[in-house]
Amino acid sequence: MTSIGTGYDLAVSTYSPDGRVFQVEYANKAVDNAGTAVGLRVKDGIVLAVEKLVQSKLLVPGANRRIQSADLHIGIASAGLIADGRHLVKRARDEAQSWRDIYRQPISGKTIADRLGQYVSAYTLYSSVRPFGCSTIVGAMNDEGVPSLYMIEPSGVYWGYHGCAVGKGKSVAKTEIEKLDLSNMTVREAVNQITRIIYTCHDEAKDKDFELELSWICAESRNKHQFVPEDIKQEAERLAKESLDEEMED
Amino acid sequence: MDAFPSRWGKPRNENIDEHNTVPLHKTLPDNLTQTAYGPVTRTQQPLVTGTSVIALKYRDGIMMAADMLGSYGSLARFRDIERLMPVGDYTVVGASGDISDQQYIQHVLESLMVKEHCHDDGHVLGTPHIFEYLWRMMYNRRSKFNPLWNALVVGGVHKGDKFLGYVDLRGTTYKATTIATGFGAHLAQPILRKRVEGREDDLTEEEAIDIINDCMRVLFYRDARSMNKFQRATITAAGVNVTEPYGVDTNWGFAEKIRGYGA
Repeated sequence: MTSIGTGYDLAVSTYSPDGRVFQVEYANKAVDNAGTAVGLRVKDGIVLAVEKLVQSKLLVPGANRRIQSADLHIGIASAGLIADGRHLVKRARDEAQSWRDIYRQPISGKTIADRLGQYVSAYTLYSSVRPFGCSTIVGAMNDEGVPSLYMIEPSGVYWGYHGCAVGKGKSVAKTEIEKLDLSNMTVREAVNQITRIIYTCHDEAKDKDFELELSWICAESRNKHQFVPEDIKQEAERLAKESLDEEMED
Repeated sequence: MDAFPSRWGKPRNENIDEHNTVPLHKTLPDNLTQTAYGPVTRTQQPLVTGTSVIALKYRDGIMMAADMLGSYGSLARFRDIERLMPVGDYTVVGASGDISDQQYIQHVLESLMVKEHCHDDGHVLGTPHIFEYLWRMMYNRRSKFNPLWNALVVGGVHKGDKFLGYVDLRGTTYKATTIATGFGAHLAQPILRKRVEGREDDLTEEEAIDIINDCMRVLFYRDARSMNKFQRATITAAGVNVTEPYGVDTNWGFAEKIRGYGA
């Protein structure tokens, strides 16, 4: 299962004899222990959802956002060390603004994913820094209404996805995502599906309370990244709980 | 090409360093290496310009109009410039003056709205805020002797209230029921004031359109740097609507009666 680095894991600038960089692997552990984040790219938009584990009843609901915008048309959800996630979003905002300043045009999803990938991988090169302890899902919509979804891991590696999941419940989530026909789905259906997936991933026994953060980019949101309207979200949550109850009865 | 006016008419000097320019005074004699001296004059004139912007308050909100001409001095060079810039959902900024400065202002305002969107704190910049921001920006640039050579009209609806203001290259601001820049201030403002002032809450949309068209017609007749192709923006509590370009009917029949003109 896990092997201890024993000496080869003190800095990210050190390889192990079998060619692994342990610090990056440990960073991935930080991601795997955090609340699930899921992204779906469907026919007419992007949906992002985060299972926000509530540490204390004193926290204001709706605060401490895990999903943030990097420009009007870009949404970013992260799983792992939250502060690292916020730092990456700040960088994404700077990159997006810089692109606008130079080209007077919004940055594309592919380009911003590349910029973030390069940035994250830079932190895996020097012993004076540690790798980012978060996996970031970047959803974007271009001017023609074509959605794109990318996920950047702590190593700096990134891929484009139709659907992706990170965090605690990622294996359960991925199984569920694979059952879906994403290219033909609409954003409205995707909202319901992603909510159901988050509820399925949530382990009632281990973590009592969670808050669902749900956002989208679609024609209905005028191609802007925004949080899903309350009524649609509540309907999705209701349907999700219903389908979970049905499963339990079986 | 010699880009330094202070060297024109003088014999060329081989020792000159093309890149050593000092903006204020002549500190070295001609045979030594100062390329140019004198004041920076590029900040003293606009290049491609837009003419008047007119605006008025009416019952449902604000109506604003500006033609689509970008003049290069007396040359009617660019005939599809959109000088009414929507900012957010409830504000329009109309710009007259230098077009490149207008484009820069548009970029700054766009970036501002993007930042506000990212903050995600439920606050959106309203018309009075955009007005204040533009005023500060214009005044600061003027104080650095490098103005944005524009006269801006900021109109919108904020929390049910109609807002209409003016900011110019000096940082001068004022708010009124009717606003006009450039030639409009001389030709259209009297018409606007007579027909609007006091009645801004009663004026219907049709009447407002009629007033705007009349003013734009007068401006086309008399402003030599105008064009009969303009846009009209309407801002109400429901949002912003900028029309497609259109023109008004004109009657040049009087030319027939004048010796030297007409057929």
